[in-house]
Amino acid sequence: MAEETLFTDDFLRQLINVGEVDIVVGLPTHNNAKTVEPVIRAIQAGILKCFPRERAVIINADGGSQDGTPDLVVGTSIDDAWNDSKVFALRTLHSISTRYARAPEPGTALRTILAAADLLRARACVVVSPDSSTIEPDWLQRLVTPVYNDNFDLVSPIYRRQKFEGVLMRNLLYPMTRAIYGQRIREPYASEFAISGRLATDFLAQGIWNDDWRRTGAEIYLTITAITGKYRVCQSFLGTKTQPNRGAGDLVAAMRRTVGALFSSLDGNFPLWSTIAASQPVTTLGAQSEVMQEPVGVNRKHLREMFSTGVAELEPVFRSILSSSTLSALQRIATLEVSEFSYPADVWAKTVFEFAASYHKSVISRDHIIQALVPLYRGRTLSFLLENRDVSGEEIETNVESLCHEFERLKPYLLEAWADRK
Amino acid sequence: MRDIIIAELTQALQELVRGFAHYLPRLIVMLIIAFIGWVIACLLKLLVRSVLRLTRFSKLSENSGATHLLNQAALPSSTELLSRFVFWVAWVGFILLGVNVLGIVGLQEYIARFFLFLPRLFVALVILFFGLLAANFFARAALLAAVNANFRSSRLLSISIRIIISIFALSMVFEVLGVAEQTMLIAFGTAFGAVMLGLAIAFGIGGKDLAREFLEKRLMTRKKEEKEDELSPL
Repeated sequence: MAEETLFTDDFLRQLINVGEVDIVVGLPTHNNAKTVEPVIRAIQAGILKCFPRERAVIINADGGSQDGTPDLVVGTSIDDAWNDSKVFALRTLHSISTRYARAPEPGTALRTILAAADLLRARACVVVSPDSSTIEPDWLQRLVTPVYNDNFDLVSPIYRRQKFEGVLMRNLLYPMTRAIYGQRIREPYASEFAISGRLATDFLAQGIWNDDWRRTGAEIYLTITAITGKYRVCQSFLGTKTQPNRGAGDLVAAMRRTVGALFSSLDGNFPLWSTIAASQPVTTLGAQSEVMQEPVGVNRKHLREMFSTGVAELEPVFRSILSSSTLSALQRIATLEVSEFSYPADVWAKTVFEFAASYHKSVISRDHIIQALVPLYRGRTLSFLLENRDVSGEEIETNVESLCHEFERLKPYLLEAWADRK
Repeated sequence: MRDIIIAELTQALQELVRGFAHYLPRLIVMLIIAFIGWVIACLLKLLVRSVLRLTRFSKLSENSGATHLLNQAALPSSTELLSRFVFWVAWVGFILLGVNVLGIVGLQEYIARFFLFLPRLFVALVILFFGLLAANFFARAALLAAVNANFRSSRLLSISIRIIISIFALSMVFEVLGVAEQTMLIAFGTAFGAVMLGLAIAFGIGGKDLAREFLEKRLMTRKKEEKEDELSPL
């Protein structure tokens, strides 16, 4: 069993003390001392306000924090939440913590939380990001209620975002997941979500934990498992989401655990996705999506330069991955100045599909394929910024929708590239 | 006189016939060994070709850059080349075994040397292949990392890594083969040292302004630049 190897004796003892629960709130952390306290308070308030009769536990899976994050999680008093909400829980709200490794291991934190939820026979398991500075107590209700009361298996979030946040999500993860698996899930890689005990148990039993790509991108793999396993999936509008700052180094890591895992999922699910021709909407509770029009400072010239340099310098690598027509189109785009720069949706969709097919065939190291996509993503980011610079939130949504249609229209192109034994 | 000549000729002819009769079975044995060797070599060639195709060796060869080198030299594919190599090594080995049966004095030593050389040749080929594979892999990894980190001379860095690993692999190959062992080691050591010294001098003296600019940019303006490009992908 997974639990036997995952849990330390101490953690197992803590779980036994907790006993069976209705709701598990998972909190994967690593050096989040600066942000975790408000998150814990919001979770506590959410449980007191919305689930006072349910047996609940907060489980912190820590990846070797050096700043005392686990102590903060366990030590944050519930008294303030009681005072604020004027509601007292009828059950004890436990907060327990385990260090699953000395350094963060992507996927292992989620596995630990799900295994604990499985062991405690939780009906619902909700995972919350420790750096969600905008989290509200209501988020818990919006995520858990569809699982707890309406028998959904996966509740994926929808956020109110700044208009240029989540560029990878809007330009690759959402359109591609939608075109491939036929379900319109806005956040296939979510940092906050809820799942049923049934899905948690089934997902744990999947053989993804020994595969680096799938384990690293366990969150997106969970969404894909829910879609391909015909589980009941819905989306719930949570509220404003702001992201912690990320640099270029994080971009490569983010591509690995999202795009890498998505590409990796295509291999085993080919019989299923190859027959899906169109996408279907998913039950959505609350708003479909909302965009904030806050200004953002981005060095467009720098983005264009990184794209052009990437296209020029990585030409020998692209020759192994891309078709000559796509490469020629990229080389033409690379000559454009910022004012006239455009990476059209059809070229971007073809680029992504050719990368996916090359990943499937392992034409070069799979990690190198993902890394080679980074400069091209920067080009697409620039194009997205320029296209949507002066437009309203509705127009951005229209543009994203149009990109999704382009991915869906070009799906036969992926199937062709997939079958091509070049 | 005439009788003596005839007797001598008859004796010589008889000796020749005796000698031929003595060698004929050995010659036949040699031809049989050579023929059996040819059949076995053909079978080995087919077997190696099938195994290489099944294991998608051509892809590995393409990744290592060996296919590119072979194409440039107008040689057949790596799969074909390796299967032909196995064929010829096996057949020549059997022919030499056959020649050994003939019992020609002095030839046996060369034949023994040939068989002793075969494992070294095989090891050298393996080192060369994996050396090229490593050179290509690390050169590409460096290129990708450098481009994604916005390093200016990424192609130069990648080529340097490829050349250094290739030279290292070649020097190992020559050492294994025992060809100009000392010369190759000295040449490699000298070339490697010269490259490193040259780079150190170039960076330290020739590029001191560039180094200062680079360090200043890294230490002083990096934060600002990152701030400008902060766009969360997820």
